[in-house]
Amino acid sequence: MTATAPPESLVDAPPVLDVRDLSVTFRTETGSVSAVDGVNLSLAPGEIVGIVGESGCGKSVTAMSLAGLLPRSARIDGSVRLQGQELVGARPSTLRAARGRDIAYIFQEPMSSLNPVLTVGRQVAEVLQVHERLSRREALERAVELLALVGIPSARERVKHYPHQLSGGMRQRVMIAMAVACSPKVLIADEPTTALDVTVQAGILDVLRDLRDRFGTSILVITHDLGVIADIADRVVVMYAGRIVERAGVQRLFDRPQHHYAAGLLSASPTPGRHAGTHRLQEIPGLVPVLEAQPDACTFADRCPAATARCSSAAPPLEPAPLAADVGDHPHEVACWHPRGDRPRPTVEEHA
Amino acid sequence: MNEVRDEESRANEVAAADTDTVLELEDLAMHFGPVRAVDGVSLRIRRGQVTALVGESGSGKSTVGRCIVRLVEPTGGAVRLGGTDITHLSRSQMRRHRREVSIVFQDPAGSLDPRMLVGDIVAEPLQLQGVRLSRKERAERVSDGLRRVGLRPEVARRYPHELSGGQRQRVSIARALMSEPTLLVADEPTSALDVSVQAAVLNLLADLQRDIGFACLFITHDLSAVEYLADDIAVMYLGQLVEQGSRAEIFATPRHPYTQALLAAAPVADPGRQRSRTRVLLGDDLPSAMDPPSGCRFHTRCPIAVARCAEEVPELRRSGGASVACHFVHEDGSAPDIRHDQPATTGSPA
Repeated sequence: MTATAPPESLVDAPPVLDVRDLSVTFRTETGSVSAVDGVNLSLAPGEIVGIVGESGCGKSVTAMSLAGLLPRSARIDGSVRLQGQELVGARPSTLRAARGRDIAYIFQEPMSSLNPVLTVGRQVAEVLQVHERLSRREALERAVELLALVGIPSARERVKHYPHQLSGGMRQRVMIAMAVACSPKVLIADEPTTALDVTVQAGILDVLRDLRDRFGTSILVITHDLGVIADIADRVVVMYAGRIVERAGVQRLFDRPQHHYAAGLLSASPTPGRHAGTHRLQEIPGLVPVLEAQPDACTFADRCPAATARCSSAAPPLEPAPLAADVGDHPHEVACWHPRGDRPRPTVEEHA
Repeated sequence: MNEVRDEESRANEVAAADTDTVLELEDLAMHFGPVRAVDGVSLRIRRGQVTALVGESGSGKSTVGRCIVRLVEPTGGAVRLGGTDITHLSRSQMRRHRREVSIVFQDPAGSLDPRMLVGDIVAEPLQLQGVRLSRKERAERVSDGLRRVGLRPEVARRYPHELSGGQRQRVSIARALMSEPTLLVADEPTSALDVSVQAAVLNLLADLQRDIGFACLFITHDLSAVEYLADDIAVMYLGQLVEQGSRAEIFATPRHPYTQALLAAAPVADPGRQRSRTRVLLGDDLPSAMDPPSGCRFHTRCPIAVARCAEEVPELRRSGGASVACHFVHEDGSAPDIRHDQPATTGSPA
């Protein structure tokens, strides 16, 4: 089984979202912190791209910076083009018009993103009244359709409910309904299933996949969970300490991870079906660094099993992976002086 | 004559079982007003054994843990710790038994006092037990405790906020093990941590458990994490156990549809396997613990439920190497698997 590719006609279309050389720096009391450094990223129509990394790797900051959701202490450099329109440095009115209509967000914790004193129907309808200028009644009618679309049973009753009357999974479905109310071109889902139980998680991922298949929505999924990536992404971008360290088609990345950080993440994830006592989980020693400035070095070097002197004296560029085998539909790139090459994904046993 | 000997050996067996049992829950119930968070859970953990208690949020698994360390007083049933009934002991009576059981919580940022030095946090259990130590002895015990969990002794002079999430969880574990407990309750100890750190903490717990030999109740929602640690697995749904058995048994032949659904839902970090497997979708809503469904509590979400499931409560019956509470499990231990079988072909309940 390979990843479901987006329809052929869409692959060659210009990207809906094109991020060039994006850098984000925060000013703090104790100096500046570099959160994102020189990120290039594009999203084709109908494509699902996953950004994966641990906390502190800059994946959420990248996502928030796309539609100007970061606080004022953030300095954003580079370019974010949504259907050709530049968003970095755009006027607040331009951003406001884009948010919700062309680019929409789903956050991790649906309870804190929903208004507890409004019915969910009103909250979904509000988006439509603002952006589509629908009347109150029309908007509410459309809200019912949207809730049904995201798999909420008896939607006509549910629109009258308040967030606290719904389960976590249902709330997240409401969030998705709000996000897709105006058929955005780009949907950004920041840890959409992290707060949910595994039995509910699969259903939410199905809704996202369904939206892509039916409306051609491009989706950027941000997660620390490789299981989510394996389930839904067409392409994967691995971030570490603010930089992209590897990107590839999803099957490719899981079969032949090139960067040692990507390989480490893969073997640190517990996988059901393997038995205790026979081996241990692989650990990645150390922590994601907090950087004042991005050094001219590989920032993973001090945690890397393959690091040499070169790694701490020059930053490796993101280049095509040195692989003999065919790369597949998507380019496979890695930023590492000592990529893993044709070695397969490490098994847990290797590290026992 | 024979009868007498039989009785004698039976008495001996009972005694042996008693000294071997670290924790016994008998029909444990914890009702918060109308909310029946825990509703009749029986469980036994033997010396040096790791039992995983698995379930979704709202299943009551954490409340079981809180009853065992007596953060709350159960409203029914019994908690026996090393043969002593601690169900209704007062705070002062409980103090003598505190050394036998410790707990590690999910969020180390919330369970460590931010104004205390790590050294004082780790030494506190000794102090509370009235262990008299010189300053030097105390410092040594703290250093040993920190070293045991892979931290440098210098960490004792730091505050919790100066440590990373993984280091803080190590401090929690060091404190929990200070009194050399026979039972450690670990309540989602790795859920708040990143993947690579989670791996390190799971490995640490497994190593410590093997070396020191304490028994452990590992409470988690993540079945894939317990496969590395647990000897036994107990699956909880809406306040009750639905299936219980050895790790091998539960992973190889889960018999309860809920256990099967949990196993099927745990995401696999492999695109091929993840996308090709049969999806088992349960309805989103966990029913309210204030008004649990009639009959089998799982029947409202169960893909193969029949009329009988709504009427008759299935008992937890021994079946093969496990205990299962489901009408569909046959006498010979066979059961339909919702991951492979279509609901139409599963037939009627046994």
